[in-house]
Amino acid sequence: MSRPEVWLVIVLSALVTLAERGAFLITTSRRPLPPLLQRALRYVPAAVFAAITLPALTRPSGVGLGPLDVRLLAGLVAGVVAWRTRNVTLTFVVGMALLWLLSWALA
Amino acid sequence: MLLGAVPFGMITGVSAVGAGLHPFDIVLMSGLVFAGASQIAAISLIASGGAIWAVVLTVAMVNLRHVMYSLALAPWLQRYGAFQRVLVSFLMVDQSFAATIVKYPRAGDDYPRVAYALGNGVPMWFTWVGATAAGALLGAQLPPEWQLDFAVPLLFLALLVPAVTTRPLLVAAVVAGALALALAPLPYNLGLMVGSLAGITAGVVVEGLTARTPAGRPAR
Repeated sequence: MSRPEVWLVIVLSALVTLAERGAFLITTSRRPLPPLLQRALRYVPAAVFAAITLPALTRPSGVGLGPLDVRLLAGLVAGVVAWRTRNVTLTFVVGMALLWLLSWALA
Repeated sequence: MLLGAVPFGMITGVSAVGAGLHPFDIVLMSGLVFAGASQIAAISLIASGGAIWAVVLTVAMVNLRHVMYSLALAPWLQRYGAFQRVLVSFLMVDQSFAATIVKYPRAGDDYPRVAYALGNGVPMWFTWVGATAAGALLGAQLPPEWQLDFAVPLLFLALLVPAVTTRPLLVAAVVAGALALALAPLPYNLGLMVGSLAGITAGVVVEGLTARTPAGRPAR
């Protein structure tokens, strides 16, 4: 993607996000969301984050331990860290450190 | 609250530069979009060659939760002018929403609600933009062998895991992740869209099935 295209993405993303944040605040609409839609909205973060994370973690990097790619291995361990600690920084540090260590050891 | 945004913002900046974005562009994105998770999603899709509309659509999906926040806050801010409501909307993030929605019902009718929201949102904006800039400058100094693009899935993992707190949420995540993985070869990040929608549907269906007692009434 060229830089002007990136800028276009940024401007459109900013407008869409402001529209979502202001959906009821700016319009002061009194019409409530249908209950089914409200319920569906609660599942958006878990579903979208999972749909982004899994393909990204399993994209092969070329370096692996048998059939297990180093990125998948590091991601699995980082997932356990995220689950036990709920700490973003620690998850990042453990995942990156393990990726470097495994890449260095197996390359 | 502000301190939590510093490492998150820095990692966002580092990973954006690692994924090939110009340092200025990620800072611009932080200032205008001001929503961390969606920015990382955008970075990830830009790096993997996503189409413009696919990236924007993904940002819209990741930020859909703000519609719920907007709905919850709207009754408290109706007496304020349009400009103030636009400002509050622009600066509304997870943390400032959580603070305001707790504060307003406890405070009196004459409480300065917009001032309180801005008191949360403005320092958060500067912290977020500053942390992203610091991360982007740092990332520009680091060699590609450090594989900093891997920070993107790691950050999402750190967001995903705490979001899965109930069984229907787990079903939603598993269905979305598995389908997105299976459909990953499809163009325009269609796998992400289809997987997400299927996951959301699965979550709602499972909630509907488990929330009912044998008598057919909601259990609660």
